[in-house]
Amino acid sequence: MTDYDAVIIGAGHNGLICAAYLAKAGKKVLVVDGRAEPGGCASTREFAPGFSVSDCAQWLSQFDQSIVKDLDLGSAGLKLGEPKATISLQSDGDHLMLAGDTISGAGVDSADQAAYRDFKNMIRSFAKLMTTLYRGRPPKLVEQNWTDRLTLMKLGVGLKLMGRERLQDLMRIALINIYDVMNEHFSNAALKSAIALDAVTGTNMGPRSPNTVYSYLHRVTGEHLAQTGTTQVMGGMGAFGQCLAAAAEKRGATLRLGSAVQAIVKTEDRVTGVTLASGETVSAKLVISSADPTTTFRDLLGYDQMEAGIAKRVEHYRSRSGTAKLHLALSGLPEFNGVTADQLKERLVIAPSMDGMETALNPMKYRELSQLHTFDISIPTLEDPGLAPTGQHVLSAIVHYVPYAPDIGWEAGKPQLLSQLLSELEAYAPGIGALVSASELIVPSDLEASHGMTGGNWHHGELSIDQALMMRPFPGSTQYATAVEGLYLCGAGAHPGGGLQGLPGRNAAKEILKRGALS
Amino acid sequence: MNQYDAIVIGAGHNGLTNGAYLAKAGLKVAVLERNPYIGGATVSRELHKGWWYSNCSYVASLLRPEITRDLELPRHGLQVVSFGGGATFMRNGDYFGNYSDHDRHYREMARHSKRDANAYDRYAADTSLQTKLIRPYLMRTPPDPTSLKPRDLRDLLEFARSFMDLGEEKLLDTIKFWTASVGDYLNEYFETDVIKAHMAGSGIIGTALGVYSPGTAYVLLHHYMGDVDGNVGAWGFARGGMGAIANALSKAFQSYGGEIICDANVDEVIVKNGRAAGVALKDGREYKAPIVVSNLDPKRTFLDITNPSDLPKDVVKKARNFKIRGSSGKLNIALDGLPVFHGLDPRNRLMAGDLHFSDSLERQERAYDDWKAGTWSKDPYLDMMIPSLTDPTMAPPGKHMMSVFVQYAPPKVEGREWTDEDKDGFEKSVIDQISNYSPNFRDLILHCETRTPREIEAEVGLTEGNIFMGELTFDQLLFNRPFPGYAQYRSPIKGMYLCSSGTHPGGGVMAAPGANAAREILADLKRPNTVPGGYADD
Repeated sequence: MTDYDAVIIGAGHNGLICAAYLAKAGKKVLVVDGRAEPGGCASTREFAPGFSVSDCAQWLSQFDQSIVKDLDLGSAGLKLGEPKATISLQSDGDHLMLAGDTISGAGVDSADQAAYRDFKNMIRSFAKLMTTLYRGRPPKLVEQNWTDRLTLMKLGVGLKLMGRERLQDLMRIALINIYDVMNEHFSNAALKSAIALDAVTGTNMGPRSPNTVYSYLHRVTGEHLAQTGTTQVMGGMGAFGQCLAAAAEKRGATLRLGSAVQAIVKTEDRVTGVTLASGETVSAKLVISSADPTTTFRDLLGYDQMEAGIAKRVEHYRSRSGTAKLHLALSGLPEFNGVTADQLKERLVIAPSMDGMETALNPMKYRELSQLHTFDISIPTLEDPGLAPTGQHVLSAIVHYVPYAPDIGWEAGKPQLLSQLLSELEAYAPGIGALVSASELIVPSDLEASHGMTGGNWHHGELSIDQALMMRPFPGSTQYATAVEGLYLCGAGAHPGGGLQGLPGRNAAKEILKRGALS
Repeated sequence: MNQYDAIVIGAGHNGLTNGAYLAKAGLKVAVLERNPYIGGATVSRELHKGWWYSNCSYVASLLRPEITRDLELPRHGLQVVSFGGGATFMRNGDYFGNYSDHDRHYREMARHSKRDANAYDRYAADTSLQTKLIRPYLMRTPPDPTSLKPRDLRDLLEFARSFMDLGEEKLLDTIKFWTASVGDYLNEYFETDVIKAHMAGSGIIGTALGVYSPGTAYVLLHHYMGDVDGNVGAWGFARGGMGAIANALSKAFQSYGGEIICDANVDEVIVKNGRAAGVALKDGREYKAPIVVSNLDPKRTFLDITNPSDLPKDVVKKARNFKIRGSSGKLNIALDGLPVFHGLDPRNRLMAGDLHFSDSLERQERAYDDWKAGTWSKDPYLDMMIPSLTDPTMAPPGKHMMSVFVQYAPPKVEGREWTDEDKDGFEKSVIDQISNYSPNFRDLILHCETRTPREIEAEVGLTEGNIFMGELTFDQLLFNRPFPGYAQYRSPIKGMYLCSSGTHPGGGVMAAPGANAAREILADLKRPNTVPGGYADD
């Protein structure tokens, strides 16, 4: 007799969602997490006295609406802000505005506006197709069962229904880079780089790198599943975590926060539970990990507990990232050239030309700091004043490309990078430096330490084709069940990946119930 | 009398192969060549008295053995001599030797890393599994996944089955291999910089991608899938230079009654009521034929020598978007004697192999960064050969001929056309690179032909000087080459076909595109097939 049906490692959004679905089905579930607050990357933190920020994930734009429905999150108190337009800042102040399918400014002509609508339509039709794959377990290609065949058939029909031309487009662009696709569709440089930014955000790739079209498709598919637009969560992302925790507990799941999992226990040929930092051991029929695959297999289970072949795959699993976060406490509202006070609440991005982004990327490859960066900026206090003292503001920005471990070391590197980033911001927002009362720079290694994401990669592993879909995280451990008996994955390291879609948690729970792994 | 059954535009190796198979089937065929000499990029030229340069392509391996046998190329004078191994010289004065002898290879690897030496056999087995998978499809027309024709469905099914037979994990590994970067792929086996860098070279040669760019593992495979005398993966020199391949093909072609017409610069394909009717030359001459086969790359074929009004709009657009990027250059050098390299005994047989100077993936990636920035690499990746060590006919006794392939060189320099000053700067960066490792090299130079993408395009007609006639990325491979819907060698114009390296299976002096195209043409003419099929030896 085990203590629980399932122990879920990690109270991140995927862990909590998986718990909620399992509990809803009457299973006895325990969620354990070393952090004191639920939510994992959906967290809010006071980074300076009186100033709070979503200190990891910043936007909610890809969260699958079916989960909102299934778990009735609306009544659980999830409050989203207004959908945001994207304003791509140009040095001359003539900014590019992207809202829905319409674009304006930065000298985009009618040809590009039409091309943009066509492009969006094309990508949407691909995204629709992807939802078939995203809302279920990825099919196996050889050792299929009927579920897999059904998925593949649906996929095949979907492909045919797209029509010959679309299908040819998909065959051609699916594996290539966003750089070429942009040049094929558009002439306006600002437009190209604004879209390219969405394709490389959260990765360690530049626009010229193949796979960036796929990462863009992943993002658009998420947006298609969410239908919310890019939004901020009221009270910061932490509120989102709280709300998911409430949803899980309401359905009978038990949460134990502040108690980290030390190890996954394996007796003979199967996983039987976990030991906590306290030394206590919890037994369960299944251990479901929302930690990334490297942490799960290498750190918690240990290579000596698995076949060499599996260990090899874990070692080869790639989790590099170029993502950093900048948090600024501002004594007043900053002014950006050519941006009205009212527009400041939108999503502001700084994306140099696509070639500029490649230039920005190069130093990262050699563990150096770059002289040029991309920014994805949010000033959450405009919609959510509670995050800062009255009249003061918080600026949060996702920044690329930042190395994991620069040769000069972060001791010396951080101050250098911080002033570099501020000077780059200053060019678009003169005087912003004078408003900064406190600042915080979070580099990939910080994200790894604070949120347990190996390499600081927010997808829990690079989202390149060879680590995506039916190959995620790696052959032999797809479909949420791993190559180790009794051990399952429900985190972003499982299909379909990260971006706060919530699908890995949902799909894992459904798969576990469907297999009767708990009955 | 300028009336033929078929006209082939371009006497490169694919044009000649295509012509040979059409003539063998009894057609009256003319192959038109713009230059006063044949071969295209498969050519040997005496550009310095007594020295013969393979001044474009410089080594052979991918030439399909089915074609060599079937067209009896050895009888027509073709002899390919394989060269053993190669070496990468290191900044620290040491080198890594890539011996062809297995045990010697192991010892040399172990000298750098025992772990790598032990990983090599696994690497070789995994990689050759991929070559075994792809080789049977080189001499076949790729099926069209968007079509419902029985033939396409049958071929697709067979294609799919050969992959399914691998089993789930091996299949996923295969997909991984086909989409991974050569850097990541090698990192899964090896730990030593110089060993990774030596092997990674094959993943970037001729492509506008870096060692960290996904898709370059396939480019590596593309260089591994050939063979010399059945020795898969081996490379060799054609005795007398690469021109020997074109010459043997032309003799075979002529032995079937084919006619080669040089100094014939095609201006436009003549189309009469939707059908190809012949070609008009720039000098006004006209040649008539119901079949016109273009051995030019897809851009030139559809944007230069075809009247846009004869083409569907989507094809013009697809041709414009076709990626055929200049990324390479070449130096051909006449040497007064044999250069000596730090750390390597001049009598070591590695000297007769491929020699390199980039001893880390990082240096190769930085070379790519220069290309991205629109300039030639300051620390270029070189694939350097001294063919005269293997084939004495290339240079006078005691003298030597050196072929230096250079990665990377941009199609335009910082957005503008190449100038002669640029060319000199490019040449200097290469000579300096070699001199850094060979004290006597500079003084041995008697003559040097430097070719940037500008020169390669001007002479050979390869757009941007791209050696594969189109990037080997997934959007342009198999049923996507040159573009989806047109991968079966037929152009949208009735009677007009494609047979260049811009079609499946791509470049590298394989002659497979020419042969595959001939098979399709003969099928359309309801003639008996004369072209050998898939590979039987694997």
